[in-house]
Amino acid sequence: MKNNFLSFVKKESLHILRDNRTMLIVMLIPVVLMILFGFAISTEVNNIRIAAVAPDRTDGVRDAVARIAQNDYFSFYGYIGNDRIDQKLRSGEVNAVVVFAPDYDRRMAQVAAGVPSPPVIQLILDASNVNTAGAATAYLQNILLGSASQQALFETRMLFNPQMKSAFNFVPGIMGLIFILVCAMMTSVSIVREKEAGTMEVLLVSPVRPVKIILAKMIPYFVISCIVLVMILFLAYYLLEVPMSGGVAGIFSLSLLYLLLSLALGLFVSTIARTQVAALLISAMVLMLPILMLSGLLFPIENLPKFFQIISNIVPARWYIDAIRKMMIQGAPLLEVWVNGTVLFGMTVVLLGVSFKKFNDKLE
Amino acid sequence: MNDVVISVHDLTKRFGTFTAVNRICFDVFRGEIFGFLGANGAGKTTAMRMLCGLSYPSSGHGTVAGFDVRTEGEQIKRHIGYMSQRFSLYNDLTVWENMNLFAGIYGLSKRETEARSLRLLDRLDFSAEKGTLVGSLPLGWKQKLSFAIATIHRPEVVFLDEPTGGVDPVTRRQFWEMIYEAADHGTTIFVTTHYMDEAEYCSRVSIMVDGEIRALDTPTRLKEQFAAQSMDEVFRLLARGAKRGE
Repeated sequence: MKNNFLSFVKKESLHILRDNRTMLIVMLIPVVLMILFGFAISTEVNNIRIAAVAPDRTDGVRDAVARIAQNDYFSFYGYIGNDRIDQKLRSGEVNAVVVFAPDYDRRMAQVAAGVPSPPVIQLILDASNVNTAGAATAYLQNILLGSASQQALFETRMLFNPQMKSAFNFVPGIMGLIFILVCAMMTSVSIVREKEAGTMEVLLVSPVRPVKIILAKMIPYFVISCIVLVMILFLAYYLLEVPMSGGVAGIFSLSLLYLLLSLALGLFVSTIARTQVAALLISAMVLMLPILMLSGLLFPIENLPKFFQIISNIVPARWYIDAIRKMMIQGAPLLEVWVNGTVLFGMTVVLLGVSFKKFNDKLE
Repeated sequence: MNDVVISVHDLTKRFGTFTAVNRICFDVFRGEIFGFLGANGAGKTTAMRMLCGLSYPSSGHGTVAGFDVRTEGEQIKRHIGYMSQRFSLYNDLTVWENMNLFAGIYGLSKRETEARSLRLLDRLDFSAEKGTLVGSLPLGWKQKLSFAIATIHRPEVVFLDEPTGGVDPVTRRQFWEMIYEAADHGTTIFVTTHYMDEAEYCSRVSIMVDGEIRALDTPTRLKEQFAAQSMDEVFRLLARGAKRGE
């Protein structure tokens, strides 16, 4: 009866290969998402337009402005008059205005000497975009403080991601998302499609064991997911220059486990859903939303309300993304994320067990 | 020649307090075309599922192709063919691929599969359509192909669950010719249908009402027994007393 299993795997592969549109989507989505998140969408703040107001253009002012203009994050708009600040910010021509006090050099010297003094520099920011405003404040303070003799006060070192590239943060998230999409959504839909079409009935009357039917369905999707996984890792390493310092082997093995888990999820969905539409909806609402919201992909879990933090524990992607981040960016070896691995493994076993049981019960 | 292929005694299926099939008894002989009739909800499908090894009987005995429906479901599955009312081949596979798939499922060797598939194509006059996707065939052709594939492993019994639903009269006629041919070759046919003219084609007919078999005989004798002109009339006379609604 080995022959019948192979005919089955072949049949499932043909289904997938014949369905050009789905194939295209499955292969394209990861690439598009990677490029989108890697380049286009970023939480880095770039190109902040700065104007300066300076009654006296002293050497100190010129020096400060030159340093702002040289900075990669800023572009210097020019000097403007005191009365134009509001208008320039309102029209969006500039994002921030730096106002230097009159007699800047002398007062800066006083500050440096430790003489108490009213503020010397005023920052006025357009805070309609919170991110930009926040980042601009931090950058500007850094640059302008540097001109005072207070450099020695702080020394900041960014570990693991010194350039603070947001791609580093997104790649693990995208991986957590895509495999659910490919494995869970596609397997569930493909199983439910057979139920809908009535072909499942015929298969169940045949001598093929239900377990084999399911396994044969999983294999082609597993293979596709592996191809997608390799694609993502390549893009991440060569295009986005994610370091993968924890070792590719570890990342790969944990991802394989996650693939299995996603397949089990898809199987589980297929035991609940009666129609393809229902399967799609369940995958989208019940699987995708928590991944987007509760996995740390978009929002750090520590920032969530306590209730959602607890809920996030049952979202598989949370454990996966966390582990992949540690391995890709912090350079943790596989052993160091054993907790995540164990949780994922446990989830896989439970889901597979429940789904197979549910699938078999349905037959009666 | 008169050996028993399906033998059922007091076969019963209960779902909770509801008795879907109530102590049915009958024998089906080799090469027979056995019509299994009944209104919707009479328990036909449940009975058929038990015979196919899909559902476990609550009580009673049954053997199909010599195997016990209680304990040898897997063996039964190997010796029967099944075709459901809904078209159940894969539309996105070609005629040839569908044949190969089902031959493979029933464990035929590669050589056998090839030989039988070719013979089937020839008999159906489908040789030109070997590489055509099944989805693009007309419904009548699909139905015939379905039947051919349901018998590709030469099962002892073929279960046909309303095989001609939604098919035009000409194709139905052709379909029945295929059934006759299979029966002539010794395959036993177990068929449910809603068309009473098709009941006339059967060797013997059983009529189920409310989970019980109320009549079982050849169409001719059933008509005599109920003093009816047609099977349609026989059926209506029996079904009139049904307590279960649609």
